[in-house]
Formats: sequence, structure tokens, C-alpha cells
Amino acid sequence: MTVNSIYKEEKKSAFQKVSEVIITMASRPSGFIGLSILVFHIILAFISPYIAPYDFKAINPTLMLQAPSAEYWFGTDDLGRDVFTRTILGGRTALTITFFGSLIALLWGGLLGIFCGLVGGKIDDIVMRIVDAFLSIPWILAMLLIVSLLGTSTEVLIPALGFFYGKGIVRVARAATHDVIAKDFIVSARARGHSNFSIIWNEIIPNVRDAILVEGAMRWSWMLLGFSSLSFLGFGVSPPTPDWGLMISNARGLMSFAYWAVIAPIVGLSSLIIGINLTADAFAKALGIDRSTKAPV
Amino acid sequence: MLFLIIKRILLGFITLFIVSLITFVGTEILPGDACTTYLERQAFGEQLEACYRRLGLNVPAYERYVSWAVNAIQGDFGYSLSGEMPIKEVLGPRIKNSLVLASAAIFIGIPIALILGIVTALWRDKLPDVAISTVTIFAMTIPEFISATLLILIIAIWLEWLPGIVIVPTDVSFLELLPNIILPVIAIAMIMTAHMARMVRSSVIQVMASEYVQMAILKGVPYWKMVFKHVLPNALLPAINVVALTIAWLLGGVVVTEVVFNYPGLGRLVIESISNRDLPTVQALAIILASIYVSINLLADLMTLMLNPRLKTLQIRK
Amino acid sequence: MSDIIQKVKNLSIGFKSKKGEEILILKNISTKIKKGETVGIVGESGSGKSTLALAMMGYVKHGLYTIGGECEFNSSNLLNMKSKDLEKIRGRKIAMIPQNAGQALTPNLKIGYQIDEALQLHSDLSEKEREKKISELLNKVRLPSPETIALRYPHELSGGQQQRVAVAMALAGTPDLLLLDEPTTGLDVTTQAHVLELLNFIAKDTGTSMVYVSHDLGAIAQVSDRIIVMYSGEIVLEGPSRDILKRPIHPYTHGLLKSIPKLSLAGLPESMPGSQPQPGIIQSGCSFFDRCNFSEDKCKNNSPQLEFLKELNTSVRCFNYEKLLKESQVNQNVNKIKNNSKDKEILNLSEVSISYAKQKLLDQIFNRISDDNPTVKDININIKKGETIALVGESGSGKSTILKSIAGLLRTKDGFIRFDENRNLSSDLKERNPNDLRIIQLIFQNPDESLNPNHTVEEIIAQPLKLYFGLKGEELNKNIIDLLQKVRLGEFYMSRYPRQLSGGEKQRVAVARAFAAKPDIILCDEVTSALDVSVQAAVLNLLQQLKEDFGTTYIFVSHDLAVVRAISDRVAVLYQGRLCEVGPSNDVYKFPSHPYTEVLLGAVLEPDPDIKPKLVAEDIVEEKPPEKGCSFQGRCSRILGDICKKDIPPWQLTDSGNAIRCHIPIKELQKEQF
Repeated sequence: MTVNSIYKEEKKSAFQKVSEVIITMASRPSGFIGLSILVFHIILAFISPYIAPYDFKAINPTLMLQAPSAEYWFGTDDLGRDVFTRTILGGRTALTITFFGSLIALLWGGLLGIFCGLVGGKIDDIVMRIVDAFLSIPWILAMLLIVSLLGTSTEVLIPALGFFYGKGIVRVARAATHDVIAKDFIVSARARGHSNFSIIWNEIIPNVRDAILVEGAMRWSWMLLGFSSLSFLGFGVSPPTPDWGLMISNARGLMSFAYWAVIAPIVGLSSLIIGINLTADAFAKALGIDRSTKAPV
Repeated sequence: MLFLIIKRILLGFITLFIVSLITFVGTEILPGDACTTYLERQAFGEQLEACYRRLGLNVPAYERYVSWAVNAIQGDFGYSLSGEMPIKEVLGPRIKNSLVLASAAIFIGIPIALILGIVTALWRDKLPDVAISTVTIFAMTIPEFISATLLILIIAIWLEWLPGIVIVPTDVSFLELLPNIILPVIAIAMIMTAHMARMVRSSVIQVMASEYVQMAILKGVPYWKMVFKHVLPNALLPAINVVALTIAWLLGGVVVTEVVFNYPGLGRLVIESISNRDLPTVQALAIILASIYVSINLLADLMTLMLNPRLKTLQIRK
Repeated sequence: MSDIIQKVKNLSIGFKSKKGEEILILKNISTKIKKGETVGIVGESGSGKSTLALAMMGYVKHGLYTIGGECEFNSSNLLNMKSKDLEKIRGRKIAMIPQNAGQALTPNLKIGYQIDEALQLHSDLSEKEREKKISELLNKVRLPSPETIALRYPHELSGGQQQRVAVAMALAGTPDLLLLDEPTTGLDVTTQAHVLELLNFIAKDTGTSMVYVSHDLGAIAQVSDRIIVMYSGEIVLEGPSRDILKRPIHPYTHGLLKSIPKLSLAGLPESMPGSQPQPGIIQSGCSFFDRCNFSEDKCKNNSPQLEFLKELNTSVRCFNYEKLLKESQVNQNVNKIKNNSKDKEILNLSEVSISYAKQKLLDQIFNRISDDNPTVKDININIKKGETIALVGESGSGKSTILKSIAGLLRTKDGFIRFDENRNLSSDLKERNPNDLRIIQLIFQNPDESLNPNHTVEEIIAQPLKLYFGLKGEELNKNIIDLLQKVRLGEFYMSRYPRQLSGGEKQRVAVARAFAAKPDIILCDEVTSALDVSVQAAVLNLLQQLKEDFGTTYIFVSHDLAVVRAISDRVAVLYQGRLCEVGPSNDVYKFPSHPYTEVLLGAVLEPDPDIKPKLVAEDIVEEKPPEKGCSFQGRCSRILGDICKKDIPPWQLTDSGNAIRCHIPIKELQKEQF
């Protein structure tokens, strides 16, 4: 007797899997737009220092608040600096800080969540209660406090953002672990006598990885929103470093005369956030995870 | 049932207790204390001593925590450092103003979100859904300070329909405040409504795919009767909790919006007290904002408890 | 012709795949349902039977669409009718009884309201009359105290009660045609028999036509006048019920009936090779070609048409049906299983109790479990090396709980589990050494859940090999290939993921994984329940073969008494976590002596219209075992009185070595059954 399988699909390498996910993401219009915007911003962040037409901190009082022209594509700001130069440079800090911040959030949130989901019982209760307490302090208050006391250096911002945005990942990772842990393949591994480490590494992580990654991608866009809010309030990047949040905040007072100085960074920031958001959405759909029922916490 | 309610309320208090500990410890372990930071490290000797005595910083930390907590429960948060007046008095009108702003946004946002969510779910993948969903994606992702800035630019500056910056004293009457809050309310409501609409949509879609809705169709129940009797009660029940979480999370947005519009509420106080390193006020704000968060969630849980016939199987969210 | 109520004409339904191909779920189906008759539609999962039933109500699931054809009811096509008009037919002319009533009743509405809704829509009764009618309907489906049931929410009822409510709801509109989509699947054996009996009664009482969809030929045999057999989206056989069950002239039905274990026949039935092709597999020729014993070359490239044989009043889709016509009856050949059990005892359970009760603080400190009425109590079984012992009972009988405890997943409260007469296995996992863990392996009910979806077959089978024997590289590889061959899967399966395998193949992988540990005992937890009927026998045969090769001992848990009959040497019957009867299968099945065994065996549905189930006891659901006396006192029809309520019944031995736990003297127990 021979048993013929119905599929002829074979095992794939990690690279094939990743490229397949990306192709699936790009096959939806929204995913394609999101990915293109994100890729554009990443490339821009790398090459902008070399293509910027002017010095971003060159102050020129004679050129204050010039309207867009052939020479200054996006006009100039209140100190006579080129808005175009500052706009294409303005996403670099935000992108870097939030990218690494999300990685940190992913790491600690994911690991703690898996741990809680696995251990359960009293320890899980206590940890979740503490996480819940941290959640109930508005992130903006906590961030402002940390930044005002420790300063706005990258070494402070990345772990601080990573910490506050990781809380939500704990919940997602915990819930995903809870779902997986009741499955028979975990019971089977336990009955065979595998070590806890082996069960986490071989059985749980492969099955919760997707949910955590999607959540991390989503956190990235929220973290970017949070970080630029901080910048806007004057607690993010320090001048004269170009940053969209800061630029909007500075140019806001004069926008009745010089709207271009506001519009350019607004377009830059909004497009990046939307790009990340659409990408995360497409990512979730490509992996078959519905994340639209989850609260942004 | 009663036991569940009591348990839930108790859990809320435990959370608040942990929050107070976190903020207290947090301000404690950060470099410098209230006096040195406030006096900008210029103080020494006499002056510093006086400040310590005035703030009671000369006693051990746990004693300070206990006396602070006991007072805080009674509504007394001590003295603000910058204004040199009781924090209670500073907070009062600010809380009122912020509440006006936030509740207006919530009361406008929830019904709109419900309608949009239900419409997009029922016309899933058709034109109304595609159109509304595209708009909500934008509304959801754009930070409040950008939408607020754009609102001011377009409505206040270019069209000159409404005032862009709120220039009123802290303790104005409600009627005077009204024209001033329209733009801030729109800015806050936008992002919140978009989030909630998306959740309602997916919740309704989930229920529409359930076997009992299929059964209702096969029973011959007319479409709208099915929607209102079989779909919505079951779809909106789990959405209550998620909506509450969204509202609570978006408290942060209120802070930013208040700054953009120069609105005299809690949010601006947060920025002011942090810029002034006014730690007692910051502690008070943390507790108050956390209580708002906890009570919104508590309310949502109690609502679900009341409305859900499956009390036995209900899991209290941890 | 006015006696035809529903006419399906050339119906094709399908969906668009991701690549944009049109994939057919139903291929050109035509059939007629006559007034007053009950038609059974039988097929495996994926055969399109439910899609067909829903189409008969003019309903096509989200994602599917009608490619062509009509479903005609009262000479109008339901599939292109406006929803306004459909609302007037659904529930009033055609009503549906769903598979899973627990999911199909709206959770936030009371039972009474949900029936009232149907009445409001489909009758002109006043509120008072409707109220009376609700009681009548609930009475008709034999629900106790209708007035209180009407005020309950769906989740407050048991599975059997929910199903009855669904029947009452369907009857509210006094329909001309009732569609039943697996209405008894998922219910306990005795409940299933009761619900079927009720449906039979209703069919006779109201004269409605019924379309009964099921994968279970046993259930179909009990209700239908005519049977439609579906395979891979096509009708392959259609005709009078008795003829189809007794003399099937399509190879698929023939093979299927041969492969279903019967109560009256000990031993393993012949198995059918392969599995039903997935929708979308493009095939020329007959869709059953791969698995057919009667196939010829022409079957490979030409698909047979449905042919109507007037003299038999039967339609068949096969070139070679004549070969089968000659066979007068399905001759079921069984391989009598050899009893390999040695005298050596391998596992001994004495006085075992298991409790799910939450530990109180004091108990946690002293590390004890205090529960006067534990889920499982007083289990005494000696298991011999090489035998297959089956634990049977309905849900809640504690059979899976005992398995978990043997595997170490649950700690025993009292009593001992001993391996090989001296190794104590009463402890849970943490206290067992690796070798104790190796000698006992588990195979689970649902291979979809028991195989990690992110691991390849190679990784899955490698796990025990690495863990227990530390195998690496070439040797590991050799062992995996070896094991795959043992479960009759080729080497090329190594790189596949579970989602790329069919149900039967997945279960084979799970079997290979269990045998990889070279265990002495394998615990089989409902291993065939999630499989299609045609695959079930193949897995049973495989298990038997492996057991003979390796001398393994099986502890086999199942709710399916016919399967147990086929594979087991000995049977232990459990009710509410207490043993009722233990003995050699032959004796237990021949002379059911314990009242509960009698009830269980009487309720089994056989794919034979001549064997009707015997309904002895009521199908009440008991949530907890009684505190005192016999565990079966609540449902026993032969209860003696106070003695059954007060005292735990004694063990009695029959001449054949059958142990029965009952107060009724053994002579009397056996006498009454003859």
C-alpha cells in the first residue's frame, strides 16, 4: 500500500519564507503602498546627509521665512534655514530611536509575556498586576518625567521608550502563550519529559513568534507617534538637530505667514507613520493574524 | 455576582496602590530630590535644610510615603513647589476643564465610532467600508499634535471660523469655554473614534461569521432584526472593554492637544510641573490620571458583568 | 409531479483560490426530494454534503458562490431569489437543524425568545397562544419542565438539551422540509440515540420531508428511506436505504461499509487505502480511482457519469458497478486479532483516585489533596504485557483522566500506579526519571493539535529519538526513515509540515513519534475519533500491526464502542469516574451484564437498517458522581432501592472472568438479558 500525499510542497529556507511573506504583503494595494513608503523613508534616512542641498544648521537672517522657490524648494524657516534640507534629515533620529526602542520592547515584552503565560498561577497574577499598574500611568507623563530628569540622550530615550511600549507586548505574548500551552503538542512534550527550556524554545516560541512580531511592528508606529509628541513638546531631540516634531513645534507660531515650514515636516512624519502602520497591517494579514480587535495598550 | 464586583473593585485599588508606590519610588531613585532639583542645585546649608523641613524630606522614605498616601486618600496632595499653593487648589479647575474636553470628545466619539464600525462591518469590502476604512487609517495614525496644528491652520487661520488658541483664564464658565473647545475636541475625538470604529468593525464581522447568525438567517429572521437582536448585543459586549482601554490610552493625547491649543487643563499642568521639576504636583497628577484610567476600566468591567448572561463563564480581565 | 418538494438541478458551487482558479466544492449535482421521505446524505468531511444542504435553503456560505444550476422549491429557484422572499421560505417552509446547537443558539437571548421569534415570523398566533405553543413545542421535544427551560439562556443547558431546543425551534414554523446537518455529532452515545429516536418520531408524526446530512452511516441507517452518497463533491451513489446499506454497488460505499467496525463482529475490518482528494486537485478520470479495488485503465482518464438503473431504482457513478452487483451482500472480512497478552503484569492500578478539586491553603502546605468525592475513585485494573485494554464510557466518565494520570500529567490523590510490579508511577512528571517517561507514550485524539504546526515531520519524529537516545546525524536520519516506513509513509514526508498532510497521514506521524521512544505502554486517547470513517480502519490496522511487531501494550480510550470491540482484548466500562465492569471484550459485548453496559451497547447505532438501538435509560446529564452508593443509581432502570443509594456495590465475578460491580445478583443480571 502506498499513501500519496496531497501536497507537493517542500520545506523552505528562512530566506524563502521571509521573501514569501514580503511578496504576500506587497500583493495587497495597502500593503504595497505601506512598504513603498517605509522603504523610501529608510533609504532617505541613509542617503539624506549626502544629498542635502544646504547645511541644516546654517542660519541666515537675510533669508528668513522665504516662500518655496526654485532655490529653496520648501522655503526657509524663521532662522533662514532651508526647510527641504531639514525635512529630509528630520526623520533620521526618530527612525533610529524608535527602531531600536521597538526591538527592546519586543525582547523584554515577548520574553516576560511567554514566561508569565507558561508559569501561570500566582506569579503570573502578581507580574500582570504590576504591568497593569505601569499601564495605568499615562505613558506621556512617565516619559516626560524620565526625560526631564535624565536628559534626552539616545541612551535614555531608547530604553525608556522600549520599556513603556513593551508593556503591551507582554499582554499579547502572554495571551498567545496561553493559547498554545493548552494544545496537545505541548502536553505531549511535557509527558515525554522535555526540559522547560526546550519546550519554550522548540514548541512555544515558533508558535507565538508571529503574534509578537506583528505586535512589535504595530508598537513601532505608536512609538514613533509618542516620540514625535515628545519632540513636539520639547522633550525629544535637542536643537539644532532637525527633527519633524521639533520643526512643527517651532514653525507653528508663525504658520499664519509661513505655512510651508509646518506642512513639510507634517507630510514627512505622517507619511512615515502611515507607512509603518500599513506595513504592520499587511504583515499581520500575511501571517494570518487578526490584530484589529486589540486595544492599543 | 456581588463577589465578582467586589473583587474587581479591590483589584482596582491594588493597582492604584502599586501606581503610588511606583511613582513614589520612581521620584525617589531618580538623581537629586525635590529640593535640590527645584532649587537647581544652588541650595546648600540653611536654605536646603529649610526646604527639607518644609517638604518633610528629613524623615525616612517609608514614613514619608505613608503620610503622603494617608493625605492623598483624603484629597490632600501637599504643596506645589512652583506655585507655593496647595496642589488641591491648583488641580480643581484644571480637572474640570480637562473633564469637559475629554467627556465631550468621548460623547461625540462613541456614537460616531459605533455607527462607522457597524456600517463598515455590514458593508464589508464594499464602497462604504473601503472609503471609511481608508479615512480611519489616516485618522488613527496621525498624531494629535499634527491634526491639531492642521485644524488651526485650516479652520482658524485660513477660514477664520473659530479661535485657534484658547486664551481664557483657568476658571472660566462653561459657556465662555464652549467655542474654544470645538477644535481641541475634534482633534482628540478623531484618533479615538478611528480606533474604536476599527474595533467595533472587527467585532461585528466576527459575530456575523458565527454559527448563530447563520442560524438566524436560516430561520428567516429579517436582516435588520437579525442585526439588532442577534448581532449587535453580542458584538458590542466584548467591545466595551476594548473601547475603555482605548479611551484610557488616549489620555496621553489630551496632554498634547491641550498644549497645542494652550488649553488650561491637566495636560498643560503636566508639562508645566515637569518643566518646573515640581515633583509633588507630578506625583499628584500621576495618581489622578491613573485613577481615571482605573475607573474607566472598572466601569467597563462592571458594565460587561451586568450585561453578560454568561456570568459563570466570564473571565475577569487581569 | 406534485410529490416532489425540492429539486436540485446541475448545481455547482465553488470558490476562487488565491491564484484565481475556480475550485469546485459541488460538481454538477442533481437530485430530488419527495414529500414525506427522509433522505440521508452521507460523505466524509470535504465531500460537499453540508454545502448541498445549505444550498437547498438558498444559502451559500461567505466566500463560496454558485457557478451554475438551480435549487428549485415550489417551482422557484432559491439561489436567485431576493432575500425578502427567502425570509418567507426559511423557517416556514424549509427549516434547518444545525450541527452544533451550542454554537447555533444566540448566546444573549433566552430559549423562549428564540422559539417565540420563529413563531412571530411564521405564524399569526397571538402572544398568549404563542406562549402556549412554546410549551407545547418544548414538550414535544421531550424537555423537562418547559416553562423553566424557556427562561434559560443557551449556555445553561446540556448539549443534548440544546439540540432538542434547536429541533423545537425548527418545528415552530411547521416546515414542509427539514434539513438536518449532523444533528447528533458531538453528542454522547446514549443522547445521540435518544435524539435520533425523537427525530424519527417527528418525521412520522408531522409527515415532513427530511434531509439528514451526516458522516455517520450508523445514524443515517436509522432514519433514512433513501441515501445519497457523496464523494469529492459528486454524488456517487443514490438509492433506497436498505439496498445501499446491504448491497452497495459503488466501490466507495462498498469499501466504506466493509471498513466500519461492527458490534457483532470482533476483529479488525479491512481498511481502505488513501484518502479523499482535497478540493482543487485537478484530476482526470474517476475521483475514486486511486483508492478503488475494482478500477481499470479506463477509470484513470474517463470520469464515469451517474447512471440510473431502473430495476434497482438506484443511480451509480461507476463503470464497473456490475462486478459489485454480483456480490449479494457486503461480506465483511475481519482479521481476528491475536491476543498477545502474556501472564506477566505490566501495569497495576490499585485503589486509584484522582481529583480536579482546587487545593486549599492548608492542603498545599501538607501537600495533600482533600476531596471526599473525587472525579475518579477506586480504580483497580491489572494490565498484562502485550494486551490491549480499552476504557469506555461517555463524556465525564473519567476515562481520559485516568490516562492523564498514568502519563504523569495528573497526580493521583490516593492509590498506586505500579509498573512492572515494582516501579512506582503514582507521582507526576517532575518526580519521574527519563526512563519512566520513555516507557509510557501518548497518542492524542486530534493530530492537528498534537503535532506542532511549525515543525516538519522530521523534527517531530526526531524529538523523542534525540531526547531518549541522544541520536545524531546519520543514525538519527536512518531511524526516522525507518519509523516512517513502519507507519507506511515514504521518506519524502520528512520535509513536510503537518498542514500539508491529510488527517490519516498526520495521525500516522503521531503514531511514529510515539513508537520512536520504544515504549512498553502506549496510551491511545480517542485516536480515531477525529479521522474520517474511511481512514479509521487503516489507522486501527496499523496500530494492531505495530503492536504485534513490538509487543507493546495499549491502553485504548474511546467513546466508539464498535472501534473498541474491534481492537481490544479487554474492556473496562466506566461511569462517572467509577468502574462498572471489567472483562474480556468477547464477554462484555456478548453478555452485557452491568445495567450501564447494557444501556451503552443498546444505544450504539449500526449501519444496518435491521439493527435498531435499544433505549433503556433516560439520557439525563449528571454533573457530579453521587456521594454515596452506586455511581449509576441516577439513571439505572433496574434500581433495587435503598441499597443502591447507600452502599457501594460489591464486585461479582462471572464464570468467564468478567467482573461486575452491581447489587443485583449475577445470575439475575444475565438471565434478564436473554
